[in-house]
Amino acid sequence: MSIEVQKLRKSFGDFVAVDDVDLSLQSGDLVALLGPSGSGKSTLLRMIAGLETPDSGEIHLTGKEAITLSVQDRKVGFVFQHYALFKHMNVFENIAFGLRVRKQPEASIRARVTELLDLIQLQGLEGRFPAQLSGGQRQRVAVARALAPEPQVLLLDEPFGALDAKVRAELRAWVRRLHDQTGMTTLFVTHDQDEAMEVAKRVVIMDKGRVEQEGSPQDIFDRPATQFVADFVGETNHVESLSEPGLVVWGPFRFAVADLPGGLKVRVYFRPHDVYVTSDKESLQVAATITMERFKGAFIELELDLGSGKKILAHLPKGVSQASGFRVGKKVFAGITDFHVFSMDGSNKVFRAPGECLPKK
Amino acid sequence: MTRSTVKAATLPGFRLCLGATVFYLTLIVLLPLAALLHRASTLSAHQLWQIISDPRVLASLRVTFGCALVAALVDTGVGLLVAWVLVRYPFWGRRILDSLVDLPFALPTAVAGITLVTLFAPNGVLGRVLEPLGIHAAFSLTGITLALIFIGLPLVVRTLQPVLQELDPDVEEAAACLGADRLTTFRRVIFPQILPALITGFTLAFARVLGEYGSVVFIAGNMPFKTEILPLLIMAKLEQFDMAGATALGGLALLLSFSLLLLINLFKQRATSEVG
Amino acid sequence: MTSVTRTPLSHRDPAWARVSLTLAAVVLLGLLLVLPLATVLFQALSKGLGAYGSAVSDPETLSAVRLTLLAAVISVPANLFFGVVAAWLLTRYKFRGRQLLLTLIDLPFSVSPVIVGLIYVLLFGAHGWLGPWLLAHGVRVIFALPGILLATLFVTFPFVTRELIPVLESTGKDEEEAARVLGASPLRIFFKVTLPNIKWGLLYGVILCNARAMGEFGAVSVVSGHIRGETTTLPLHIEILYNEYQFAAAFAAASLLAGLALLTLLAKSIVEWYASKEGGIE
Repeated sequence: MSIEVQKLRKSFGDFVAVDDVDLSLQSGDLVALLGPSGSGKSTLLRMIAGLETPDSGEIHLTGKEAITLSVQDRKVGFVFQHYALFKHMNVFENIAFGLRVRKQPEASIRARVTELLDLIQLQGLEGRFPAQLSGGQRQRVAVARALAPEPQVLLLDEPFGALDAKVRAELRAWVRRLHDQTGMTTLFVTHDQDEAMEVAKRVVIMDKGRVEQEGSPQDIFDRPATQFVADFVGETNHVESLSEPGLVVWGPFRFAVADLPGGLKVRVYFRPHDVYVTSDKESLQVAATITMERFKGAFIELELDLGSGKKILAHLPKGVSQASGFRVGKKVFAGITDFHVFSMDGSNKVFRAPGECLPKK
Repeated sequence: MTRSTVKAATLPGFRLCLGATVFYLTLIVLLPLAALLHRASTLSAHQLWQIISDPRVLASLRVTFGCALVAALVDTGVGLLVAWVLVRYPFWGRRILDSLVDLPFALPTAVAGITLVTLFAPNGVLGRVLEPLGIHAAFSLTGITLALIFIGLPLVVRTLQPVLQELDPDVEEAAACLGADRLTTFRRVIFPQILPALITGFTLAFARVLGEYGSVVFIAGNMPFKTEILPLLIMAKLEQFDMAGATALGGLALLLSFSLLLLINLFKQRATSEVG
Repeated sequence: MTSVTRTPLSHRDPAWARVSLTLAAVVLLGLLLVLPLATVLFQALSKGLGAYGSAVSDPETLSAVRLTLLAAVISVPANLFFGVVAAWLLTRYKFRGRQLLLTLIDLPFSVSPVIVGLIYVLLFGAHGWLGPWLLAHGVRVIFALPGILLATLFVTFPFVTRELIPVLESTGKDEEEAARVLGASPLRIFFKVTLPNIKWGLLYGVILCNARAMGEFGAVSVVSGHIRGETTTLPLHIEILYNEYQFAAAFAAASLLAGLALLTLLAKSIVEWYASKEGGIE
């Protein structure tokens, strides 16, 4: 039930979709392939399924060489973004398709389909046709259909992309529960980072056909390995400056980073929620004025002017912001608790810890 | 979905348009048709029966229906092959062949008629090949059927092409992932989806070739009882001033056409409403 | 996922199947379509270029050409006008009997050409409804030009309407309503707003209408009386020549119509190409 991908490469004409990618899933893993459109994540997934042929590289499924196997022989379950249900067959027949193709006896087909209908909680709807189902129901049928022939792995290609926000949220939780129940090795593709972080136990971030970073959702969020990841995942501030030995000066802030050489063009990333704002000055803070206030549901976004045109964004819980009486024009104090420094010389080197953000004296 | 109709009050000119259309329709279509139906109704039931049950008439009905049926069936099969290749397999010259498919539609029937008979006559390019094989194409039912196949083909191809084009590639890939080989996928996934279009294409072709005249009369030989099609029989009766006969048969043919038309429209409505 | 980053479906079929199916389709189409065209050309030139030239410029042939062109020149604009009116009526208004009207307009498509001729004979013939009255007033319909025109009008009637209806339905009338709100008169709305939207469908309909008008055989055959030089259209002229065993001459005349057919196909392709660029038809 494992997936091993080595040095996989695929181009379509001049466009390199997947560029030398390694990937490894152990049995029972739940991994998300996250990235923007065109990052190659869907192509990678489809190559594992056998729907695309790689130009070079290796794929092993459960230890066995898979590239020479046709799609039909790979025993992978695949779920499409737009369900791809067989419109002219009812729910029962859709789920039973993979079993009928393998010429299983009718009784065992019936048993398996019933079992799956229970799993996806659509008992009693086996006579319905796809057109009579909601989007969420259709996708659940698609998952059941993929699981019916007991595949080695389950692959999902942006499975919730075509659904409403509420249904998306429900199905995300449902997939996570399903995985816990079945223990099936699952790999899914998404461009929605909330989805990847919420559902997967491990996230692989891709851009332009390459793997940018691989790790737990927490790792990715707290310790981005490249500028792309810092930018792509979560919201972020970023400012540019020229480094001095062990220090980056930007506006009133001085970012102290060990092992940082001088004279490098660098970019400093810090998350809005790592900017702590108070009415009274606490240590390591600088003065700022609130220039804009935006309501964002669970938190408030403040735009802070640090003087000489330098602005940053901060996120505060709604309660804190209100209690402190923050409003446009108020003078406050801001400090940065976490940041990452990337060099912009092309090597993309990240200077991390230990680092401290100090106000300019 | 854009709205396309509106209460008559919003867009002006309803009465004018309706009037003009009805006037034109009446003059060109309804009045002449009424003349036929009126004439046909002046015949007593007994007379009608006598005319229709005449052996020569019955033979022509058999010829017309039989050849149309076979031709429409062949067209459905060949049409599926041609449409499949044109939609799925790009090859050099595909565009040109695609345009040519409309040739039977654009070519005047008389031209098609003399061309086909020349091709299939015993000394013609194709006739020379077929005669030794025992296939007498010209002046036979085979010839009629061949001419009708020519006429009906574009209808099937053009009906199938958009449907084949619209097929969801994801669905075929899903079938493959579930273990189905191409043949099974075609049989269980693709074919059921195109079946309505196949039936529509068949019916359209059948209706079209049922009344075909120009391309058939040359190759048929027009031997009464053997290769005489209904339209020709009507023509013959007209020339002999057998107005009653011509009218009765004309009315019959009209009734058949109209029924088929209704059937097609009904089927099309049901097909589109089922897909939902 | 864009379509360019996906292996096309055709590659899923094994190569041997692709090749043999393509070959089969090409051979069949070649036999069915290319061969007849080649035959027309070959037969027309079978007696040499000189004979071809004289056959085409024969006075009877020329008069047949003139008659065919006349039939087209009159019936195409007439059907164009009423076709647009009818299509507009059927797509912009809801009224009882709309479905019936739709079916009636489709009727000429499903009627055999000979029946078409027959009904006009029954109406205007010497023993028809209006025939005797018209003849008494010196108006000859059957076996004369008017009969040919009427028969041609009947068979070409639905083309423009049928092409326009889907186009008018899909372009929707939001633009037209906007123009109306801005104070434009109905005629202005039609010419400035509607017409540009439907121009490709219109052109398409005109091309098909014209092809049928010039090529109609069965219906015209019945009403014309085959009076050479007077009431023979080109298709009828071809029949006459053929029945007199003047094969080369018949094919020479046929080549003119075959050329017309190819022009029709070419025009269709061009219109389709332009329309797809603009997002017009279908």
